[in-house]
Amino acid sequence: MTDTMKPRSRSSMRAARKADRIREKTANDLPRSMRPNFAVKTLTAVILVFALLYFLFPIYWAILASTKTPSQMTSSNGLWFAVPLDELPDAIADNYGILLGWTRGNFWRWVGNSLIYSCVSGAIGTVVAVMAGYATAKFRFRGKATTIGIIMAAMLMPAALLTIPQYAIFNSLHLDNTMLAVIIPGCVSPFGFFLGRVYAQSSVPDELLEAARIDGASETRIFFTIVLRLLAPAMVTIFLFMFVAAWNNFLLPLMMLSSDNLYPVTLGLYGMVSLATFNDRGALMMGSLLGVLPVILLFLTLQRFWRAGLAAGSVKG
Amino acid sequence: MTTATTTPADVRTLHDANELESRGSESGAVPKAGKLGRRPRRSPAARREERTGWMFMLPFVLLFLLVFVFPIVYAIYSSFFQQVATGGAYGGGEVVNKFVGFENFKYVITSDKFWGGMGRVLIYTVIQVPLMIISALVLAMLIDSFIIKHVGGFRLGYFLPYAIPGVIASIIWVYLYNGQISPIVKGLAAIGIHVDFFASNVVLASMVNITTWTFTGYNMLIFLSALQAIPHDLYEAARIDGANGWQIAMKVKLPNVRGAALLAMLLSIVGTIQLFNEPQVMHTADPGINNYYTPMMMAFNSSRGFLTPKGAGPSNAIAIVMAIIAGLLAMAYAFIERKVNES
Repeated sequence: MTDTMKPRSRSSMRAARKADRIREKTANDLPRSMRPNFAVKTLTAVILVFALLYFLFPIYWAILASTKTPSQMTSSNGLWFAVPLDELPDAIADNYGILLGWTRGNFWRWVGNSLIYSCVSGAIGTVVAVMAGYATAKFRFRGKATTIGIIMAAMLMPAALLTIPQYAIFNSLHLDNTMLAVIIPGCVSPFGFFLGRVYAQSSVPDELLEAARIDGASETRIFFTIVLRLLAPAMVTIFLFMFVAAWNNFLLPLMMLSSDNLYPVTLGLYGMVSLATFNDRGALMMGSLLGVLPVILLFLTLQRFWRAGLAAGSVKG
Repeated sequence: MTTATTTPADVRTLHDANELESRGSESGAVPKAGKLGRRPRRSPAARREERTGWMFMLPFVLLFLLVFVFPIVYAIYSSFFQQVATGGAYGGGEVVNKFVGFENFKYVITSDKFWGGMGRVLIYTVIQVPLMIISALVLAMLIDSFIIKHVGGFRLGYFLPYAIPGVIASIIWVYLYNGQISPIVKGLAAIGIHVDFFASNVVLASMVNITTWTFTGYNMLIFLSALQAIPHDLYEAARIDGANGWQIAMKVKLPNVRGAALLAMLLSIVGTIQLFNEPQVMHTADPGINNYYTPMMMAFNSSRGFLTPKGAGPSNAIAIVMAIIAGLLAMAYAFIERKVNES
């Protein structure tokens, strides 16, 4: 097991950053003859900058477009705002009004629904995955190897295919077109289980569990007071991945929901584009940006956690 | 749709390792039962451990049964039925489930729509997956080489599209493909290149671009983590031996991220088979994309009644055939990769 598999505590993240710096420094301290020459440097910079433009341009364009009226969309410069900067607040307010009009005032409700779906399924899914990961990492029980094998195989199951029979199951339970129909399938993540198991193996010491048992603590208590605390950074990582997966899910709500007051923001915006009469693209771009803002904020604030999660993902092969 | 068909070598070895691990430790604590069928004697402590283990497993297992196992069982069961209206003398629209044997599967396997969609998805996979994995690998290696300093901004910028849901990414790109409003199409036209991103022979590439845009940064970060896990003394040793940056990248770094790259490839293949969001959104902008453009769209629209035969039976049969094909592809991939490894 390599050290990247351990969930990174604050100090180990600091160590990783320090390692980054050291490597950067040694790369610069190379003898002159071995330093990358000017051509290599330029080529690398050109490729990296070009790639950055590719990845950021659509987002930049969406920001511009969110301030434009339909006629400005076709006629104005596509690389800059259509109105002078001091008129931007008005242009934004206009498109915001149009967005709320098209969505019949449902827009923030959709964002709220997305938050409910992502938070609830992320929270339940994380606790459940960590419990199961802890069980398989620290206990011996019959059928363990088979259970792990089945769950790991499910990681390779094309998840979209499950949505069709899931609809039938939820329909027969009279749960289709309810919030639960979107939340429950979002609670199960084989990848979350895998991360929980890896983290429990590496950061819950057996001695600590033994000591707590000798002190007479019950297993439930040990889990909720000791283990969960040790796994807190890991849980943030799992939560983040499940949150994003739920936020981005489209087929599941499309299948399960028919009343538009239950829609998550992805489905609501899709409903707008698929209307034949719809042409207010600027307002839709504004909706798209507002609809991804919570995810982007979460990513920016919790950077170190998803990097830790990806590190675990990179060594599982 | 059995899980067994989609078990690739990687997971299987992991599974075996676990089995060994648990067997190994079990035989230490509890004597194993002989071949005479004697039940293993378990100490109270071992029984307690067993109970506690399952207690912690239970919530996940119950949810897993509801979300994965029952739907799979149901899909298999219902794929042998079709819903037919009784109608007739009563004139009613009562719908009954009628057992039709392998009728639904026969329909899928002989359907031009299904194989047309499958063909498009396969072409899409063959182009998209290597393009994305290689781009991600190149970007990760360039960032990790520290030829350019201060790479944090690049790392974040490349990853940002991952935070944008597929549907929204598709909407944005559909607008960027639109000749009337897109600065890209207009800019290309200004320099004499006229492209129609919706032309029937280009539209698949347009979708490839959307997926690549969304997921390259994510894969790049996975590779970057793998690169950063390489012990630093390997580089030192290579340097002392006189290797230059390029040789280090090819001989030290590349072999060390192979595992991560192959797994990312496998997961991407499974992911692209279920292509749905991009064509479903493009369907709204381009009448050339029909509602059976990909097998997943065909399954969805059959289930929704937009395609006949409709209902649970035919749509589940489509899903099962797709799962089997995905499983076969994953196995073929794992097999080829093992063969290449050996030679």
